[in-house]
Amino acid sequence: MLENIKILFHQGKQYIPDLRTVEAPGVFRGRPIINLESVDNEALKEICPTHAISANPVQIDLGKCTFCGECALAFPNKIKFTKDYKIATNSLEGLIVKEGEDKLITLNADLVRAEIQKYFKNSLKLRQVSAGGDGSCEMELGACSNVNFDMGRYGIEFVASPRHADGIVITGPITENMAKPLQTAYEAIPQPKIVILCGVDAISGGIFVDSPAINRSFLKTLKIDLYVPGNPIHPLTFINGVLDLIGKK
Amino acid sequence: MSAIAIKNNQQIPVSSIPLVDYHNFLIFNTSLLKLEENHCVNYFGIPKNNTIQLFCCVANDNNQNILISSSIIDKDKPYPSFSEQHVAFEKFEREIHENFGINYTNHPWLKPVRYAYDRQNKSNTITNYPFFKIDSEELHEVGVGPIHAGIIEPGHFRFLCNGEQILHLEIQLGYQHRGIEKLFLNKKRLVERNTLAENIAGDSVIGHTTAFVNLWESLCKFEPSDDILLSRIIALELERIAVHTGDLSGMCTDIAYQLGSSVFGRLRTPIINFFQQWCGNRLGKSLVRVGNNNFPFTNELRTKLIAVLDKFEPDFDEMCKETFHAPTVLGRLEKTGIITNQLGKEIGLVGMAARMTNINRDIRSSHPFGYYTSLAHQPILKEHGDVQSRGQIRREEVKQSINYIRNLLNNIPLKQKEVTTNLQLTPSSFAISLIEGWRGEICHCAITDEKGELIHYKIKDPSFHNWLAVAMSVRNNEISDFPIGNKSFDLSYCGHDL
Repeated sequence: MLENIKILFHQGKQYIPDLRTVEAPGVFRGRPIINLESVDNEALKEICPTHAISANPVQIDLGKCTFCGECALAFPNKIKFTKDYKIATNSLEGLIVKEGEDKLITLNADLVRAEIQKYFKNSLKLRQVSAGGDGSCEMELGACSNVNFDMGRYGIEFVASPRHADGIVITGPITENMAKPLQTAYEAIPQPKIVILCGVDAISGGIFVDSPAINRSFLKTLKIDLYVPGNPIHPLTFINGVLDLIGKK
Repeated sequence: MSAIAIKNNQQIPVSSIPLVDYHNFLIFNTSLLKLEENHCVNYFGIPKNNTIQLFCCVANDNNQNILISSSIIDKDKPYPSFSEQHVAFEKFEREIHENFGINYTNHPWLKPVRYAYDRQNKSNTITNYPFFKIDSEELHEVGVGPIHAGIIEPGHFRFLCNGEQILHLEIQLGYQHRGIEKLFLNKKRLVERNTLAENIAGDSVIGHTTAFVNLWESLCKFEPSDDILLSRIIALELERIAVHTGDLSGMCTDIAYQLGSSVFGRLRTPIINFFQQWCGNRLGKSLVRVGNNNFPFTNELRTKLIAVLDKFEPDFDEMCKETFHAPTVLGRLEKTGIITNQLGKEIGLVGMAARMTNINRDIRSSHPFGYYTSLAHQPILKEHGDVQSRGQIRREEVKQSINYIRNLLNNIPLKQKEVTTNLQLTPSSFAISLIEGWRGEICHCAITDEKGELIHYKIKDPSFHNWLAVAMSVRNNEISDFPIGNKSFDLSYCGHDL
């Protein structure tokens, strides 16, 4: 018993007190800023593995971006990745970062359904389904509930059964072989329910977008409530995005 | 001569691989596996008109050789199987059967592997998998998945149980199939292929990407600098520490040992946060690149890493000591999910799952690259082959990796950033790359045509060998021990399904 208490004592304080304002350690690549300097646009577009960069005006689609940082390494004056991890939003347009703009990424309040904040503000149970995800976003979603991030403090938890869930969190590009089980899980969740796409693969297909082994038709039938960019997503991005969605301060 | 002997990360002209008729090909490779020092690291086919050219790669654990042999067979004729002689080939032959429709006359278990989108027989679908069945009034079936209770990848498990006892488990995979091997051919830019390699399996980002870049550089006859090689090995060992620690947490969770679950879980955090400090990504994506080090390992990082390890080690030791002495833990881990040494050899286990049952197999010692040569790695071996052994191996390998990293940090001078461009693939070549990831041996093979274009890319995750061991280990266990048994192997779904 004494040994156990000693271990507990040795861990010190592990939880992050304020998940809304904590600074991400190291060289975290979050929201990019693109300045107006003119560069060889073709070369810039060519450097991106997932065609997330387009020209005239130069812009990055965070739904396609793997945050590998190759563009910022090759054109350090043109593109900089800030440590701003609040990059989740609820519209595809909101994921586009244009040159010459340095504005925060926020949710479009008009697109948030009224019942979401009414029912889920103080308790939100989510069912996660990996549909071809490589396990990285899944690990980071798991980390959201560990002692460091402790998402449970807000009443947000992952549950085993879709019947107990208020929403679905999808990772992976959605493989043909997983399309049907994903749909079954979604349908098993009672109404009203929310849909969250986590990671570049889920949002746009990522590097797998043109693979004949994926089938994203199910997504076209859904209204997506939250897009969480990243490869993988950072727990802080996910937690802040969900808090904004359910209207928690 | 039936085969050519090459080393890890060596490229050779495709024409130098001896072509033998199928009969001799079969005898040669199956006799190789009669010796314990040999195991099959890859076996695959490439279609050519109405024929299939087979390539078999058998590695020798003692003399650093990898024996490559080849044979051309007709699509329409049935052939005797390797698997009849040695079970270790069974998955490879099932894959060849699934992809090209090759029929084997005496394969014991010719079932679908992953339902690849370009499989030969489209009437085989993931919903009509032919499960093994037993007709009985007493037995019942339990189906689990494809979607599991936790936040993990999908796969289906079908148990045949007698009461609480598992008689048989069959594992059906393929839900994660993304067509990665074909994407390697279709995507022409290096940055795309490098990104693909990073997305093969999220828990082995460094392992798979290092296999890819080593392979690519050998195909381009490029010699990476000391700094690049050093970075890769530090990253590989850090990945091992992070995942092993996270797995110890997962194992504690599965036996409801809350203290271990929380403490090991939080101990993983500073290791992956170090990756973020190094390259901006907690799992090391974007770190490993062909021919360059976008994120050089600086003196500042060296100081930080030493500080991280200094803080990590005493807490890790303390928690391990408590965990592996707690009767509540030992009662669940000991004699659960046993794979005997004999069975392990038959299956052809690799990596940690091989070493836990006293099979001395580790690419870091048998086919080392870069600084592994100077580390003179001694694999950690356990004898019992149970969940406890798999836990203990993680504990000791974490300690070993920390020592290796400390050694490397003491001795090696660090250099500045370098970028190499315009690497060209050597035409008409074959190359193979082996890496000991945290889970085990990762093998990538590539073949180029006469124009220097990639015509085949083959990935083998250690899970490809080891899934069978999960199914075998739970026999006669209580079904309630399945989660801990499964977690103790922690095999990859996406690495298998590709």
